[in-house]
Amino acid sequence: MRCMLLAATAALALAVTPAEARSIRWSAAGDPNTMDPHSQNVGTVTKILNQIYEPLILRTRDLGLEPGLATSWQQLEPTRWRFALRRGVKFHNGNDFNADDVVFSIERALAPTSNYGIFVDTVAQAVKVDDFTVDIVTRIPDPILPNKLASVYIMDREWSEANNVRQPQNTRAREETHTVRNTNGTGPFRLTVREPDVRTVMVRNDQWWGWNVPGNDSNITEIVYRPIASDATRIAALLSGEVDFVLDPPLQDLERLKRAPNITVLEGPEVRTLFFAMDVKRDELLYSSVKGRNPFKDLRVRQALYHAIDIEAIRSRVMRGQAIVTGTLFPPQVNGYAREWDKRLPFDPARARALLAEAGFPQGFEVTLDCPNNRYINDEQICQAVAAMWTRVGVTTRLNAMPLAQFFPKIQREDTSIYLLGWGVPTLDALYSIQSLLATKDGRPGNGIWNYGNYSNPRMDALTETIKNESDPEKRNAAIADAMRLYHEDVPHIPLHHQMIPWAMRANFAIPHMANNQPYLRWARVN
Amino acid sequence: MLAFIVSRLLQAIPVMLTVSLISFAMFAYVGDPVTIMLGQDYTEAQREALVRELGLDQPFFVQFVEFLENVLSGNLGLSYRLGRPVADLILERLPATLELSFAAAFLALLVGVPLGVYTGLYREAWISRVFLALSLIGVSLPTFLIGILLILVFAVVLGWLPSFGRGETVAIGWWTTGLFSWSGLKALILPAVTLGVYQMTLIMRLVRSEMLEVLRTDYIKFARARGLPDRIVHFGHALKNTLVPVITITGLQLGAIIAFAIVTETVFQWPGMGLLFIQAVANADIPIMAAYLMLVAALFVVINLIVDLLYYAVDPRLRSGLAAASGR
Repeated sequence: MRCMLLAATAALALAVTPAEARSIRWSAAGDPNTMDPHSQNVGTVTKILNQIYEPLILRTRDLGLEPGLATSWQQLEPTRWRFALRRGVKFHNGNDFNADDVVFSIERALAPTSNYGIFVDTVAQAVKVDDFTVDIVTRIPDPILPNKLASVYIMDREWSEANNVRQPQNTRAREETHTVRNTNGTGPFRLTVREPDVRTVMVRNDQWWGWNVPGNDSNITEIVYRPIASDATRIAALLSGEVDFVLDPPLQDLERLKRAPNITVLEGPEVRTLFFAMDVKRDELLYSSVKGRNPFKDLRVRQALYHAIDIEAIRSRVMRGQAIVTGTLFPPQVNGYAREWDKRLPFDPARARALLAEAGFPQGFEVTLDCPNNRYINDEQICQAVAAMWTRVGVTTRLNAMPLAQFFPKIQREDTSIYLLGWGVPTLDALYSIQSLLATKDGRPGNGIWNYGNYSNPRMDALTETIKNESDPEKRNAAIADAMRLYHEDVPHIPLHHQMIPWAMRANFAIPHMANNQPYLRWARVN
Repeated sequence: MLAFIVSRLLQAIPVMLTVSLISFAMFAYVGDPVTIMLGQDYTEAQREALVRELGLDQPFFVQFVEFLENVLSGNLGLSYRLGRPVADLILERLPATLELSFAAAFLALLVGVPLGVYTGLYREAWISRVFLALSLIGVSLPTFLIGILLILVFAVVLGWLPSFGRGETVAIGWWTTGLFSWSGLKALILPAVTLGVYQMTLIMRLVRSEMLEVLRTDYIKFARARGLPDRIVHFGHALKNTLVPVITITGLQLGAIIAFAIVTETVFQWPGMGLLFIQAVANADIPIMAAYLMLVAALFVVINLIVDLLYYAVDPRLRSGLAAASGR
């Protein structure tokens, strides 16, 4: 009897604990600045939080939607969505998950200090129906609310209140906020050590509800994240076996990594598009030799600059093949993408010169290009190459490259004539790009907030409103396709490419590549 | 003696004020922390609210006075980037930087002085020529290149030493040390060599040229004429008289090592103050930059003071001068 009991205990122990500890050492250049789930909406933070916290709706491997903390959802009325919540879920501290936590988290994401406002911009309030049902009421019909909620992490109300973190981390606070270094999520891994800039350790949460869901087949018991800022050192650490997984290998090392034994390089597209935007509003450019008129107001000049770009040279030389050339402002993974309008004006220097002459600039002109040098993959090199191409057709381009801490304030003051920007789409819906980049800056929330060239076209504005409000997906997608067509005809930007993001890892480590550049370790395996 | 120390400390006050004023004036040009803190999506109202919260809408001078008041009351503020008190962050990082710097300086002295003496005494020997040639490389190669070369050889090819980080650390109170664990010691070697190599070659060449100078003097000839053994002539008389410039340079270089370990710390992801500072610069994290620059200024003041005091220990002429000056 005693023997049997022992055997049973042993069997139980075997069943609940994996046979051995499998630790994965992961590195990237940047460390998350905070562990607060609603304070900083940037990839360096969410790549860690995604292992610890969960939204109501999860992303699938191809960035579709699947049930997370909500098991189902439906649009009851145009402005009311109902979410059925998962039962029996526990937070890492043992607290039960229920509707109060959802209402609390949505309200927290709506707080003034939240950086996740874009994902709840249409939400009026969250209403608890019963312990496991929540209604989210929107101010206007919002057909893509589930897409947005897939980025809003759910926190524990009791824990947050006990630790005085009802509001996202506030910079004015004189003391450290509890959430800066502490977490309490429901996700597959739980935070055990947090030493900023040194290491972040997470261990497997065996109680996670999702381990029973097919596909969540990770055998990892511990994640050790250690940032390494220097590119060369990060790659050396991977080659020497001190880290297993590098999220952001530098492009110049890719060929070497691919040749190295025991190293795998995964390549895939990122949902981020690079383009040049220009001042099309002022009557005279701030940084140009042309006085008394703004050449960029002339469609032919914009087309000329477009025709002057040898995009294949940029793809193969500057980006070493790690780019997908595009003629539009968001990649195919984004909802609403229409292939027929993703076409470029061809590389044609002769045509560029002819267009410039037609527009009254047979001798060309001078302009200054503003460009970040530490934000996008090879950003400065791209600008150098394009500046040379434009200069070749007569538009003498001075390059003004600077770190992002100076670049962004400069373009946000609209203190620029033409600049390089890369735009990611966290909602994976076209509205986000069209509204932020192309709508007229009219003071309405979200409209034109990154439209620093002040492009304005009433037709584009009308389409933006349609895309915002239309709940019939077909009509809505037709409006998005119209906007893409207008983008092609009007040339408000000169698009370049979608970034590719290589991930490098030891050969015994496997993880699905994600276009949002976010690894999900619930799908990762070590052999 | 005490009066001397006090007067030197009083002299430090205008120095510190000037440093803080200049560093504060520079912050206007390092970029806008607000943009970085807000991320990709925000409204103009949110931006203005944050600017107000941080007090960045105030005139420069008002911000500076407020900063000084806070510093005097011991409050260095909260890091914009990490949301934690700056004083805590610096205290956390200080042990790593100090351990690395002292290891590097120790290494530089331990190797540099004997090599300098040797190459000074036997300047015709072929091995001296080899050392001198090698020291040229040490002086002329940039730190990051030395670091990366060392990583390539000892971490990637040979696999003997870790390429980054500090290994396991042991906490003694608030001080964390890597000196008591095998992995911590191993992790210290490459960064300490990288950081110390320049100082090592500098000290070696300095000691050598001073030795050559001193060996030509009359008292050395007399010492030899008296039949003193070589050991006493070389170390008791010659080396001791080379020490004043060596101490000056080593002291100032120690300050430089601590303050500007930035490159080495970045290459090796060494979690010290230099790494903290470089990340603060990238994120326009003003409170950290301000505190760091103040700390570096204070450090140089203290090191200069110690160097001055050491002069008196090795040079009796200065001792009598000081006694006369202070009226004793």
